[in-house]
Amino acid sequence: MSVRTIVFVLIWPFAAFAQGFAGLGTDAEGFAVPQPDPQFDFPADHGPHPDYRIEWWYLTANLEGPDGTPYGLQWTLFRSALAPGEDEGWQSPQVWFAHAAVTTPEAHFATERFARGGVGMAGVEASPFRAWIDEWAMEGPDFDTLSLRAQGPDFAYVMEMRAEGPLVFQGEGGFSVKSAEGQASYYYSQPFYRIEGTLVLPEGPVEVTGAAWLDREWSSQPLSENQSGWDWFSLSFDSGDKLMGFQLRQRDGTRYSASTWIGADGATVAYPDGAFVAEPVAESAVAGRDVPTRWRVRLPDQGVDAEVEALNPQSWMPLTIPYWEGPVTVSGSHAGVGYLEMTGYE
Amino acid sequence: MTDAVLRLEGVEKAFASVDGPVPVLRGVSLELRAGETLALTGESGSGKSTLLHIAGGLEAADAGVVRVAGHDLVAMSDAARAAVRARDVAVVFQQFNLIPSLRVEDNIAFQARLAGRVDQGLIDRLVDRLGLAGQMRKYPEALSGGQQQRVAIARAIAARPRVLLADEPTGNLDEGTAAEVLEALLALVAETGAGLLLVTHSPAIAARMDRRLHLSAGRVA
Amino acid sequence: MNRACLAALLSHWHWNPLQLFAFLAGLALATALWSGVQAINAEARASYDAAAATLGEGQFDQIVPGAGDRIAQADFVALRRAGWLVSPVIEGRVGDVRVLGFDPLSSPAGFGVGQGDPGAFLAEGQLFANAETAAALEVDLPVVVDPGIAPGIAVGDIGVVQRLLGREDLSRLLVQPVQPMERPVLSDLAPGLRLQAANQTADVGELTGSFHLNLTAFGLLSFAVGLFIVYSTIGLAFEQRRGVVRTLRALGVALPRLVVLMLVEVLVLALIGAGLGVVLGYVVAAALLPDVAVTLRGLYGAEVAGTLQFRVSWWGSGLAIAVLGALAAAGARLWQIARMPLLASARPRAWAMTSGRVQNVQGALALLLLAVAAVLTLAGQGLVAGFALLGCFLIGAALALPLVVRPVLERAERGATTPVARWFWADTRQQLPGLSLALMALLLAISANIGVATMVSSFRLTFVSFLDQRLAPELYVEAASAEEAAAIESGMAAAGADVLPLLAIETQVAGQPARLFGVRVGPTYRESWVFLDQVLDAWNEVAAGQAVVTNEQLARRAGLWVGDSVSVAPDVTLPIAAVVADYGNPRGQVIVGEDLFRNLHPEVSPRQFGLRTDDPGALRDVLRTELGVAESALIDQRALKAFSLEVFERTFTVTAALNVLTLAVAGFAMLMSLLTLADLRVPQLAPVWALGLTRRRIGQLELLRTVVFAVVTCLFALPVGLGLAWVLLAIINVEAFGWRLPMFLFPADYARLGVYAVLAAIAAAAWPAWRLMRTPPNALLKVFAHER
Repeated sequence: MSVRTIVFVLIWPFAAFAQGFAGLGTDAEGFAVPQPDPQFDFPADHGPHPDYRIEWWYLTANLEGPDGTPYGLQWTLFRSALAPGEDEGWQSPQVWFAHAAVTTPEAHFATERFARGGVGMAGVEASPFRAWIDEWAMEGPDFDTLSLRAQGPDFAYVMEMRAEGPLVFQGEGGFSVKSAEGQASYYYSQPFYRIEGTLVLPEGPVEVTGAAWLDREWSSQPLSENQSGWDWFSLSFDSGDKLMGFQLRQRDGTRYSASTWIGADGATVAYPDGAFVAEPVAESAVAGRDVPTRWRVRLPDQGVDAEVEALNPQSWMPLTIPYWEGPVTVSGSHAGVGYLEMTGYE
Repeated sequence: MTDAVLRLEGVEKAFASVDGPVPVLRGVSLELRAGETLALTGESGSGKSTLLHIAGGLEAADAGVVRVAGHDLVAMSDAARAAVRARDVAVVFQQFNLIPSLRVEDNIAFQARLAGRVDQGLIDRLVDRLGLAGQMRKYPEALSGGQQQRVAIARAIAARPRVLLADEPTGNLDEGTAAEVLEALLALVAETGAGLLLVTHSPAIAARMDRRLHLSAGRVA
Repeated sequence: MNRACLAALLSHWHWNPLQLFAFLAGLALATALWSGVQAINAEARASYDAAAATLGEGQFDQIVPGAGDRIAQADFVALRRAGWLVSPVIEGRVGDVRVLGFDPLSSPAGFGVGQGDPGAFLAEGQLFANAETAAALEVDLPVVVDPGIAPGIAVGDIGVVQRLLGREDLSRLLVQPVQPMERPVLSDLAPGLRLQAANQTADVGELTGSFHLNLTAFGLLSFAVGLFIVYSTIGLAFEQRRGVVRTLRALGVALPRLVVLMLVEVLVLALIGAGLGVVLGYVVAAALLPDVAVTLRGLYGAEVAGTLQFRVSWWGSGLAIAVLGALAAAGARLWQIARMPLLASARPRAWAMTSGRVQNVQGALALLLLAVAAVLTLAGQGLVAGFALLGCFLIGAALALPLVVRPVLERAERGATTPVARWFWADTRQQLPGLSLALMALLLAISANIGVATMVSSFRLTFVSFLDQRLAPELYVEAASAEEAAAIESGMAAAGADVLPLLAIETQVAGQPARLFGVRVGPTYRESWVFLDQVLDAWNEVAAGQAVVTNEQLARRAGLWVGDSVSVAPDVTLPIAAVVADYGNPRGQVIVGEDLFRNLHPEVSPRQFGLRTDDPGALRDVLRTELGVAESALIDQRALKAFSLEVFERTFTVTAALNVLTLAVAGFAMLMSLLTLADLRVPQLAPVWALGLTRRRIGQLELLRTVVFAVVTCLFALPVGLGLAWVLLAIINVEAFGWRLPMFLFPADYARLGVYAVLAAIAAAAWPAWRLMRTPPNALLKVFAHER
């Protein structure tokens, strides 16, 4: 067991349960806890909240090459606090790590970084916005105009992004409930980025354009102990509407779901547990296990009954804590693209 | 009695066993003169070999008198007995008489050298008589049983002992070889004038001796 | 049926407990020394691995300062921000403990083992060390005991260790093996830093490899000697059981079944003996390990744990080699039995008598091995070839022993005048084949003793005079800072001392890591240093910056010598003016004049000074009271010499102990051979006894015979041992350590050793001879009797 695993565990508790470390960090002692009816303060809230245990800046993008080839891209920076607050130098309790990935129909590239807060290896500043770890960065004069870069041993990308819509608040005005017991997080998104730039792949550089979706979430509360993993969907329909839906799989076989319907204009409708239903249709053998890579997704209230299929079923993130994350295509009642993240599949 | 080369009087010997001492000789007396041949016969276990061993100083008697060439063996130390053995007695056993690490020539001369009276002429005659001329450079293991016994006899005679003791010297040999070896032995004893005490169970061989003594249950019958 | 057969076979051991003992004890001794040595090696290797994992040495590329020993933390962050995946390491000392701080998040996988609870590692200010080190560590932080951490090292989070050492910088950076696609060139980012490839760092495992090979060779030698015992015991036991085998076969037991049963029997006995040996081996290893640890620390700076663990690697290999050895020894005998006709004589032959053909084969083999040894001497390269040479030479000599001894005995036999003497020599000669294995074992043991004693004593003589040369200054002082250094230099000059500053930097010379020294050439160097080879005026040329002195290690490894040139800086290539012996140090050194050094490395200021003075005590007082130098920064020359000598002595304690053990095993082999031969001796001795030799005299002659054998073997062992010493000094040492030692002879030692060997032989022969003297006449007479 490495320190990295521990840090990771703090942020994705079910992964930890799955790994058998149940009980670690299950209390929020000393950390601030999300409260309903949040009042956000921007741009400050784009920056870190060191009094909360966990936080992330989570960007995914569906891209297209000059020949119409679809691609996916991920850039995620996590913050995980060993203790609330900030301190100087190596004494900082803040630990940072990041994931970057590029998915093509045939291949999937992924890599990760770890860094300590306090010494300048990684961090986030709200204004001008700057989120970085090592040479990876997402930065710009403000949150709507960002450049993005990351690289691994076998891939790299450099992107420019511009937001074409408003921020979207998930759950109850940005207060997102994660279980029947009331665990919750602050959660808002910017799903309206136009993105363009260059992917560097082993075959060479590819110019791409597309749409990106950035999630911001922070909390101190691990999920419920009976939850074994999640399936998280961010779908952008051709109509311009968007759907964020996730379900937390519980050990008794039931699910806890939540979703937000985002109109093309940015107007949102939040749905409680049970409204959004995702059912596996087909599985693929991935990294020695079976992972559902085709889903039936329903939100009857919006007339959604669609099939979601992975662009590349092998979008496995073979990192310190492994999970599945990749671009998807949507067909059925609605057509479009999106991203799917699945954790906790053994 | 002065010409007796070997004299035993009332010799007793017992061997230890788990049931206590087992008497083997119960007061045996005998006398052997120079030039005389004496056959010692008896059943297996009658004590003939033990008697011969005591006469040769190879074992000590429990009681009685054992005089070899005038020396009283009973009163002697182990070392003194060994000296008598080397000087005045020669023994020819049924088998394994020879020193495996010495050549035939050295085996023959060995006892004579120990006794300090090497008579090269005598040795040459013995070798000639016993037909050992071709074997002198060999080691004992290269010889047949009959040849080995001839070497043993040559060695015994070459030392010019006063008493020659032989324990079934031809027991391991076939009939023809046995007869030859016996003839040679008798002829050589006669030539050197030693007294010969020969243990045998063969009446035919016993008949060739001057005198015969029969041992039964540790007593002279 | 199997049970009945096995009972019949096993009853042999019941009636011959001595043979059983010889078998088990021989195998146990062989296994003990072998597995003991292996246990030591395994423990040391585990320590090296732990150290390598903790320190990252040799495993990862590193970024190190071009000069000095510090890296600014800002440089580290700048490298990370530019895409260099590097991980910070800070190193320092607290007392005798090496304290190492690192960042577990960015460090490469496989680095920094054993941090106990990893969550606590980051969160709490604490250090981690094994129990031994933790006890020695004097810090205000909690120390968590973790047995996985290399001895002598404490680890902690980088921030914790920075605070502990009062520093804000780093010592070096580990480079992750996998790096991202694009990175700027290091020299553009941080011109003061240097990338050091993993294989260029001094690898403790490699440096100490020769030492362990040395131990292994000793272990194998002992094992071979022990196997001699087993081989002769098995031979005798199987020979004596021909009768049982014949009877069993006549009763209808199939031959294959018999062979399998006997194999099973040998296997079971071998496992018992080897098991005992492993236990003994543990004892031997546990007794020797502390000395080995001191040796490795003193000689190579490698830390080895002082306690032994029961690792499967060594006891498993010990068991395996012992069982294989026993089976190999039994194999030939089983083969004979398998081929024995049913009605073959049941009477044991004098099995030990070797035929002329076997002698010829043995002679040819001996010659072949000695020829190979000669070829290896002339043409061999490398340490393995050195040990192969050693092996060929020793085994060849051992095989040649009977061929050498036989003519000696034959001459003695011819020269003998009395019949008893003649018989004695003839009989001695006949005993030779039966004892030759034991004698070979004795030869190996004595030669090894002579060889190693010569090496150690030669080394000692050389080393002591070397210490006198190199440790000429009466006092050494190490400055804590450049300011203190300047104060010391001027203050000492004012106090009338001759100050010898020592400038040093780690660098690469001729493709090897080496230390470059700048020295102030003066009478101390000119008068006390003795070169192995030099040009005229060597010191003048060095002082003028026109030449360098290298140590022998560097010169030999790089294939350079006086007159060749080396590059000491990118554009400075200078001839070697002299090569100096440098014992007890595995690394290369290059010595240049002070001025040249200061030109090449202006950033380096001298921190160490040698002080020549007539009154070290007074100088010490000045340093401490007037200049405020810490007591711990002062080193007395005498203390340093004593320490160096102690390291040296401990180094060879292990070798000496193994030597004694080998001699003991050889003595035991002799005893067992004599005892097992004793039964065969009775028929050979009975005729002599019957012809007038007392048992006492025969027993004395038996003893004398053993002395003769021991003396002849000792005489033969002398040239063999000296040859061995020469190989060790002139070949093995050069390959293993990089230095060649002059060879000195120590006749008194050899004489003493000869006496020991003869005493060992007498001790071995005493009991069999005593038993022979006590053989009742009855038993002797039975030889001739009909019943036989």
